[in-house]
Amino acid sequence: MRNLHVKILAFVLVFIGASLCYYKVTRLGLPLLPTEQADVWTVEARIEFKPRRDTPVKVQLFVPRAPNGYTVVDENFVSSNYGLTTEDDGVRRSAQWAVRKATGYQVLYYRLHLARDPTVQPDKPKSPPPSWVQPTYPEMIRSAVKAVIDEARRKSADNLSFSRELLMRLNAATPDANVSLLRQDMQTPEQWVARIVDILLGANIPARMTYVLHLTDGSKHAALTPWVEVYSGEEWQAFNPQTAEPGIPKEAIIWHVGNGPVLDISGGKFAKVEYSVTRHAQEMTLVAEQRARQMGSRLMEFSLFSLPVQTQNVYRILLLAPIGAFLIVVMRNVVGFKTFGTFMPILIALAFRETKLLWGVTLFTLVVALGLAIRFYLEYLKLLLVPRLASVLTIVIMLMAVVSLMSHKLGIDRGVSVALFPMVILAMTIERMSLVWEELGPLEALQQGFGSLLVAAMGFLLMSSKLLGHLVFVFPELLLIVLAANLLLGRYTGYRLTELWRFRSALRQG
Amino acid sequence: MGWLDCLLPGRRLRTLGVMGMNQRNADFILRYNPRKNYPLVDDKRRTKELALQAGIAVPKLYAVIEIEHQIQQLPELLAPYEEFVVKPAHGSGGGGIMVVIGRINGRYRKANGVCFDEGELGYHISNILSGMYSLGGLPDCALIEYRVDFDPVFEGVSYQGVPDIRTVVFRGVPVQAMIRLPTRLSDGKANLHQGAVGVGIELATGCTFAGVWHEDRVEHHPDTGGEIAGLKIPHWDQILALTARCHDMVGLGYIGVDIVLDRTLGPLMLEINARPGLSIQLANKQGLLPRLRRLETMTEIPRSVDARVELAKTLDESLNGKLAVRRV
Repeated sequence: MRNLHVKILAFVLVFIGASLCYYKVTRLGLPLLPTEQADVWTVEARIEFKPRRDTPVKVQLFVPRAPNGYTVVDENFVSSNYGLTTEDDGVRRSAQWAVRKATGYQVLYYRLHLARDPTVQPDKPKSPPPSWVQPTYPEMIRSAVKAVIDEARRKSADNLSFSRELLMRLNAATPDANVSLLRQDMQTPEQWVARIVDILLGANIPARMTYVLHLTDGSKHAALTPWVEVYSGEEWQAFNPQTAEPGIPKEAIIWHVGNGPVLDISGGKFAKVEYSVTRHAQEMTLVAEQRARQMGSRLMEFSLFSLPVQTQNVYRILLLAPIGAFLIVVMRNVVGFKTFGTFMPILIALAFRETKLLWGVTLFTLVVALGLAIRFYLEYLKLLLVPRLASVLTIVIMLMAVVSLMSHKLGIDRGVSVALFPMVILAMTIERMSLVWEELGPLEALQQGFGSLLVAAMGFLLMSSKLLGHLVFVFPELLLIVLAANLLLGRYTGYRLTELWRFRSALRQG
Repeated sequence: MGWLDCLLPGRRLRTLGVMGMNQRNADFILRYNPRKNYPLVDDKRRTKELALQAGIAVPKLYAVIEIEHQIQQLPELLAPYEEFVVKPAHGSGGGGIMVVIGRINGRYRKANGVCFDEGELGYHISNILSGMYSLGGLPDCALIEYRVDFDPVFEGVSYQGVPDIRTVVFRGVPVQAMIRLPTRLSDGKANLHQGAVGVGIELATGCTFAGVWHEDRVEHHPDTGGEIAGLKIPHWDQILALTARCHDMVGLGYIGVDIVLDRTLGPLMLEINARPGLSIQLANKQGLLPRLRRLETMTEIPRSVDARVELAKTLDESLNGKLAVRRV
């Protein structure tokens, strides 16, 4: 009956733990392995201008809005004494800096951290069929436009194929007379794309200009590339205005939509915006964590990543303690190991994290052996229990200080870290070991001491596993599974491994 | 079946009915021993008082030392007694027990012949008071009581110490019993893992089987050479009844009762253990589980002590019959 209760409880715990973990892995993209790395692009837009004297300055910069195929890990606006507002009208996003008075050359930064994430679907708002004004062409090119449109229309079936056809024609290597005319006075790519958009609009096809930033690692003074977008009836389809290739390149993002300028400054002159792009690898965990936060996931509000870094580091260690405790449960109840104190090996193992295994074992053995020797001398003095314990504690601390000093003088830095041993635990270990020594003999005492050390070493190896550390910190709900395992072992009535040895004479019989 | 047994020795132990530590804790101690009754057995002073009220014979209590100050009065307190035993009230596993078998030149003599003076005795008692031997290190008190002069039947089979009879009692019915004989190795102590000889007892008759010493079967005591098997324990029915009454006294379902046989006073109850060890199974070469399960399935256990002793004997006979081949 009670067994059933425990089993159901354990099952519920495992279920909750596993499903939370599953959700985090599949939905939030948190990695299961600690080594996974993700590429992160840092894009920086640098605005510089000279303000006019005694005029309020207003700077408007259009910034990317939900870039396709990427997730925004982080973004920040660097502006010392400017007031900052951001605006999002559903198509475009802009940042507005304003200041009443500015003197000297001004520099503003907008920084964006992007990680590639193919799973991110661009949100496609059901934008109503866009409205536009029929463009009017200059007299000179009117007939050429008409001819080009007519020809493209003949060779196409719908908006998209028309646009493709038109772009091919306009960019043909050997242009015909009409196209040459249209191309004639085009100096900048912007003008050329604007003309293409105009021609498309003239053919009653909703089209617009967009600006694309190529994410090339290490580019310093990059500029935006104009692009064309055509409304297919359901969504906007991008086209390369030079090659008529649909879509935008993989390593590029749409920065700005519309033919207005990206940067708009009132109260300033010589305005200039430059883009620089750098790429670097970052731990997947951090990327995913930040992204999940950007997504506004409730679960991540309660993530340990939201704690201050110092506290995070404390929890990185604390969360491993249950794993160590579980090891103790297994070693004691399933294997049947004897240790001094229930959780003493765990605390020793935590100290080993700093000293590392070999030094940890050496220092531990050294301090306990010396302490034990002195403890035997104290036995001879016939002291009362509590004063004796306090004396052992004092001696342990002095021993630790001596070991630290000696190893420091000898230039062995690791020895210094003996200070991290839990001294009360050491004192209690020495006291208990001496009692066992007196009552059950040296063999038993050494056996238990060695057993404790062995369990501590195993605990250390387990707790220093990168994978486990990563798992319990990123998925603390996995501790529910550890809890469930503890509950189940709490009702384990099978033999301990050492009992098989103990009762071996019964086995030999018959 | 052979290779599977080699692979899974636990299975074979299970068929033999040997109980493991985890199972003892989970299925018997946690289930049948209500925690609130633990103090009755953990505090030997209270056990003694209860036993006296219930009319169970115990070694006479000479004095109780509760505070450090009383240690100074030790000489006066102990003056009338030539020999005595000092033990912690909350001791466990035989820790902190000091047996004084006489005095020489104003010094005390321990069972192993070592002499010591008043100061050392005082130090030992002060250690007891500060909780060195008690569970959890809590302050304790020291009991000074009558030293049992054990029955001559054990003369030839014990070395420096008092052999005691451990009986496991489940739901008021004695289930298994053994005698623990101290050896030189065990230093007068009666714990099997410290080197004492465990000798199984046939519940139905009170006769001993061959003993177990360090997992090995022994026919003779390793130090004295006395024959172990076939001893007939005197007052056997009385002992069984005593153990059964101990259950009624403390209200714990699964206990181990330690009894010593005094030359003049007969069976005396030394202590009751709420977490009796498992080595009794080794001494008897038989698992506890079949007996415990048999009793567990019984809906009603007879009230009267005599009926329970009868039940224990019939249970023993029926289960021994099945396993008799294995025994010899």
